[in-house]
Amino acid sequence: MSTAAPHALADVTASDSTLRRFLHGLPGVDAVGLEARAASLGTRSIKTTAKAYAIDLAISMVDLTTLEGADTPGKVRALGVKAVRPDPTDRTAPAAAAVCVYPDMVATAKAAVAGSGVKVASVATAFPAGRVPIAVKLADVREAVAAGADEIDMVIDRGAFLAGDYLKVYDQIVAVREACATDARLKVIFETGELSTYDNIRRASWLGMLAGADFIKTSTGKVAVNATPANTLLMLEAVRDFRAQTGVQVGVKPAGGIRTSKDAIKFLVLVNETVGDDWLDNHWFRFGASSLLNDLLMQRQKLATGRYSGPDYVTVD
Amino acid sequence: MTTDNTNKRSSAFEYAPAPESRAIVDIAPSYGLFINGEFTEAADGKVFKTVSPASEEVLAEIAQAGPEDVDRAVGAARKAFEKWSALPGSERAKYLFRIARIIQERSRELAVLETLDNGKPIKETRDADLPLVAAHFFYYAGWADKLDHAGFGRRTTNGHSGRNPRPLGVAGQVIPWNFPLLMLAWKIAPALATGNTVVLKPAETTPLSALFFADICRQAGLPKGVVNILPGYGDAGAALVAHPGVDKVAFTGSTAVGKQIARTVAGSRKKLTLELGGKGANIVFDDAPIDQAVEGIVNGIFFNQGQVCCAGSRLLVQESIHDELLDSLKRRLSTLRLGDPLDKNTDIGAINSAEQLSRITALVEQGEAEGAERWSPACELPSSGYWFAPTLFTNVTQAHTVARDEIFGPVLSVLTFRTPDEAVAKANNTPYGLSAGIWTEKGSRILAVANKLRAGVIWSNTFNKFDPTSPFGGYKESGFGREGGRHGLEAYLDV
Repeated sequence: MSTAAPHALADVTASDSTLRRFLHGLPGVDAVGLEARAASLGTRSIKTTAKAYAIDLAISMVDLTTLEGADTPGKVRALGVKAVRPDPTDRTAPAAAAVCVYPDMVATAKAAVAGSGVKVASVATAFPAGRVPIAVKLADVREAVAAGADEIDMVIDRGAFLAGDYLKVYDQIVAVREACATDARLKVIFETGELSTYDNIRRASWLGMLAGADFIKTSTGKVAVNATPANTLLMLEAVRDFRAQTGVQVGVKPAGGIRTSKDAIKFLVLVNETVGDDWLDNHWFRFGASSLLNDLLMQRQKLATGRYSGPDYVTVD
Repeated sequence: MTTDNTNKRSSAFEYAPAPESRAIVDIAPSYGLFINGEFTEAADGKVFKTVSPASEEVLAEIAQAGPEDVDRAVGAARKAFEKWSALPGSERAKYLFRIARIIQERSRELAVLETLDNGKPIKETRDADLPLVAAHFFYYAGWADKLDHAGFGRRTTNGHSGRNPRPLGVAGQVIPWNFPLLMLAWKIAPALATGNTVVLKPAETTPLSALFFADICRQAGLPKGVVNILPGYGDAGAALVAHPGVDKVAFTGSTAVGKQIARTVAGSRKKLTLELGGKGANIVFDDAPIDQAVEGIVNGIFFNQGQVCCAGSRLLVQESIHDELLDSLKRRLSTLRLGDPLDKNTDIGAINSAEQLSRITALVEQGEAEGAERWSPACELPSSGYWFAPTLFTNVTQAHTVARDEIFGPVLSVLTFRTPDEAVAKANNTPYGLSAGIWTEKGSRILAVANKLRAGVIWSNTFNKFDPTSPFGGYKESGFGREGGRHGLEAYLDV
């Protein structure tokens, strides 16, 4: 166990105390400064060609998500078709990155997007609370992978993290990473709203990356505070620094609460000015969202026609 | 530690130009002096031109004040003083509140105007200068009827001894070109709130916003002669400072001119405040929040192209994090956008004048000649106008000119230290003392270091934050007196 850490940082995960020392030795985060920087990047004015580019880029980064207890195969199929061809009236609109569903819907989703290149992501590991034994989490993951999931979105054990039991969280991520094998990319969800401090979010980011996460993801979308420009900026800084130190590139996925094109473009500006081109595609950056896509499509239609269309000109699900 | 994207501009996501419209501001071909509520020509008929530093385009022709005009303006102010100072504070407050509201209503227009005349990015005039300008008038409007309670006069129970603070009379004020309207607000708002009248000389390169302010005074119905604006050169400033009808002199600008003014005023009954140069130390300890420190360093020296008297122009970095911090800083500088100041996405605008540009260039060349290592990000400068790329000097010691002289441009000198004592010693080893910054996650260290620094303003884990409630001013050659806050009233009161 505990072997996933990149070579440069192999010693860090040797024991609970080395891991704690490392995570607590990361540079602190000044909340006021972080939020001010995120807000100032939010004032970038994105117009004309840059806006058209950003909207298409954002569409291609959407993980079109339905995570309701009331999900039906019909709804998941509709979502899959929509991800492949978001705007039936305009075939030039790019496809979304993935559909994100519960594990029992993976096979349905997979069939709906077959042959399109759109990925199927699944929130395994007893999403959203994650409060089940590790064996159950791993079984959840294996089933989702066996059903064809291309990506696994796992929640971390926030209780263990907040209790300072970092090695436990680390080991669980490593175990899930192994269960994904080479079949699925792993997105690790921190539920930043529950971690409560920016210092914790930076530590969790490094913990996830040390354990082999392919993506680090803000939140489940099921709590009061989900993705914010500030916590996403912080995670972008973490992946930037992690690559500088280890050579390993990790993706970032803000999720929950991003509903408008304007918001999405602000996040793209954060990516552009913090980590740049290397992260500006859907292999390295995603939006976890359900309603964002329709707003992006309406804005896209507005740019094409010069007029606002309205919600009846995009599909409801 | 290496990073791949150092020195590389984004190509996948280029922002399209987003220029703010000039249509909102109507600049007349010529402007007069503002004396006794009227725009008037200079007595000797002299004029000068003000240009846009970003394009060298002539914006307007301005009447140039001479000694005779100073005499007229001081006379008007002295006459107006009788009535203005006799008004109840609550009445003066009404005018100030009205001015503040008009500034807010016209803020977009004034922001565009200031950007055109000064060369600073619209982002800064819109989001920093104008909100602060309005805030200063609102803040001092609030004080106007509370001067008896500001803690300067003595109130006694029998009513026979002690006296309440009184205005001084006519204030002669000379302001610089780096924050034309904000410096005007810092000077005029407390002067009017305390019952003084004003003759103000804006800088010759940036007279326009002061003249628009004259129009705002008329719009607000301010009594004639209470505010007089005399655009002009140093000779007009010197005449104003020396004029016997002036009771109070306030100056913001270079230390050299400040010394001349001090000599002129010495021995007279005039009260004097000076806000002069600086060479602020920005101290980064090894436990600092690095990403935010980098932002603070950038904000400290590249805000307003570094043309800020309290700029954090000397970066003192703890040796153990020097390389790491410099990597981050260089990467961050590579994302700064230099160009058209009216573009909403511009971070770095134009240098205010050809004269200032040559001063910066000369000091930077001297820095190179003395052996400091110069670095700038890949950066294309526009073909017309006055521009200087953001610049870092590493391997700097206390003995280098770039560590001692105020450059007043986008040039940062980086020095190192090993212990807190050494940081304090180096930070204080300057003839100036206006500002300093401390970056550390350790609260006790912030307090310990701040107590030992000799600077008027000390920011911790931030930089270049201003607020009307907070006094601002210097130690040593950075001047004396305080502007802003309750302390700012004292300079305009007989206490």
